[in-house]
Amino acid sequence: MGFFLETLIGGLMAGMLYSLIALGFVLIFKASGVFNFAQGAMVLFAALAMARFAEWFPKLLGFDSRLLANLLAFAAAFVVMIAVAWVIERFVLGKLVNQEGITLLMATLGIAYFLEGFGQTLFGSDIYKIDVGMPKDPVIVLESTLQGGILINKEDLYAALIAAGLVALLTLFFQKTATGRALRAVADDHQAAQSIGIPLKRIWVIVWSVAGMVALVAGVIWGSKLGVQFSLAQVALKALPVVILGGLTSVPGAIVGGLIIGVGEKLSEVYVGPMLGGGIEIWFAYVLALGFLLVRPQGLFGEKIIDRV
Amino acid sequence: MLYRENGQFKNSYRSDLAIFPILQDRIAIAALLAIAFVVVPLAAPEYLFRAILIPFLILSLAALGLNILVGYCGQISLGTGAFMAVGAYAAYNFQARIEGMPLIASLLLGGACSTLVGVLFGVPSLRIKGLYLAVATLAAQFFVDWSFLRIRWFTNDSSSGSVSVAGLNVLGLPIESPVQKYLFCLSFLVVFALAAKNLVRSHIGREWMAIRDMDVAAAVIGIRPVYAKLTAFAVSSFIVGVAGALWGFVHLGSWEPAAFNIDRSFQLLFMVIIGGLGSIMGSFFGAAFIVVLPILLDSLPAWFGIPIDTALASHLTFMIFGALIVFFLIVEPHGLARLWSTGKEKLRLWPFPH
Repeated sequence: MGFFLETLIGGLMAGMLYSLIALGFVLIFKASGVFNFAQGAMVLFAALAMARFAEWFPKLLGFDSRLLANLLAFAAAFVVMIAVAWVIERFVLGKLVNQEGITLLMATLGIAYFLEGFGQTLFGSDIYKIDVGMPKDPVIVLESTLQGGILINKEDLYAALIAAGLVALLTLFFQKTATGRALRAVADDHQAAQSIGIPLKRIWVIVWSVAGMVALVAGVIWGSKLGVQFSLAQVALKALPVVILGGLTSVPGAIVGGLIIGVGEKLSEVYVGPMLGGGIEIWFAYVLALGFLLVRPQGLFGEKIIDRV
Repeated sequence: MLYRENGQFKNSYRSDLAIFPILQDRIAIAALLAIAFVVVPLAAPEYLFRAILIPFLILSLAALGLNILVGYCGQISLGTGAFMAVGAYAAYNFQARIEGMPLIASLLLGGACSTLVGVLFGVPSLRIKGLYLAVATLAAQFFVDWSFLRIRWFTNDSSSGSVSVAGLNVLGLPIESPVQKYLFCLSFLVVFALAAKNLVRSHIGREWMAIRDMDVAAAVIGIRPVYAKLTAFAVSSFIVGVAGALWGFVHLGSWEPAAFNIDRSFQLLFMVIIGGLGSIMGSFFGAAFIVVLPILLDSLPAWFGIPIDTALASHLTFMIFGALIVFFLIVEPHGLARLWSTGKEKLRLWPFPH
């Protein structure tokens, strides 16, 4: 029982991190109908920027506080991500208005290649560390009720909390601010939004910037877990089943989908994996998502697809 | 002036249905085939065969198969690499386990196995559509990758899924030298391209296109979506599977599952999109573009004598590759095939303005 709970909690926390990346996909798809394959490259790019800025600033400006360095680096990386968002809108998506979904998808793949190359040219391609002072030691809880207690990785716990906080913040932003309302209007209907005077171009830059910020947070968390290196871009592949499971257009879907995938992956790894020879987590998430989609083709929380002739 | 259909009248159904209705086109294609079959084997250096021509031919074949699925039937697939892998490993099993199996038979049987897997993973397309389907096909990619790594039976008990073939021959003729390999692949490509061209002009091709343009409307006018979608998956994965078998047997010789990973799937999708969706010609343009571009980018610094270290060079290649893809999508979202047909239209009128 204790072991099962431990796996379950581990899965939930891993799932929170998947949701964080899935969130980036959903934000952009909602607002601009672009399935953004470059999200993984954006995570890598943001994490590289953060790691290198945190290294460069203290040397350049001659101070010695790690907190200050991290804060400055985070701010600078955010500015860089806004610049990336602007460039993408200005030079790529702005030119591809009204194209088919698959063309846009391939364009974002092109962007992904570009960002991966550009990031590593600019910031170097070694393995870098992001050290934001996350505690590494595990804690044991519930020792009194269960024998042996439950082992929880503190780092994962903090990461999950940060992810949850970010989701709450984004929800507030979408529901309560004028910009958030405009974003929702654009997501609902591009033409109607434009006709009541919402500037589409600016909205797209904002959405890509928000997605860039989400990528930055995801990059910092994953980067401090795994180290900042090229393989970070592959994390996006883990988030794809989450996105389709939850529904491409749904923010809550990204969260719930992430939790389902996280838990399913961990449980299957522990209980099913040994029977099949291990290493099944890479496809299990996809097959799980496929199973859910067969029942609900639009994902758990996606808008119902209505076909009209 | 030269390229013109004036005076070429179609006075029978046969001539109306010809693949190349214009005489000049027929001459050009005949010349192209003659060059490909006779001049190139005599003239081209060995490096050209190994690095460019053979990969180009095989990947064109795979792109052709994918184009049937994505371009003609509108079902986006990100699992092409998996179907190639199934073709390659199935053909390997036929070759290794059955004594005296003819090479062509194993390649085609590899394609047949790939067809089965393709139809199996095509079944969800009856319910899942669009981008959801695209991501769902990744399930095929990762599952197949995993099974060839882990399930020993598929790879004849070799460790980590690496297998190799040797001593290829067709009816006693060895397929050893680059020229022989080139001619072998070329023959396959020509046969399959002709078959595919005829297939997409037939009733079944029209059904695919109807499904692509709007599946509900197609169902309303009496096209069975189940039949149309599954045949598209079957035909596409057969061609892709044969291409995969050729890639393993002829181009690589020995391979492991990583040869058919997700990057291969993306590469093929790039070929189809850059070349032109829904165009047989486009598959060739796309394959040529994607095969030649990285080689060109790699050798550019050396030509200009700029010393550049390899890590930086590979990052720059990535950057330029990505930027060029975006550039081409912006300039011509319908692919190189559209540029080609626009050029032909212009040529028909030239030098007159109308």
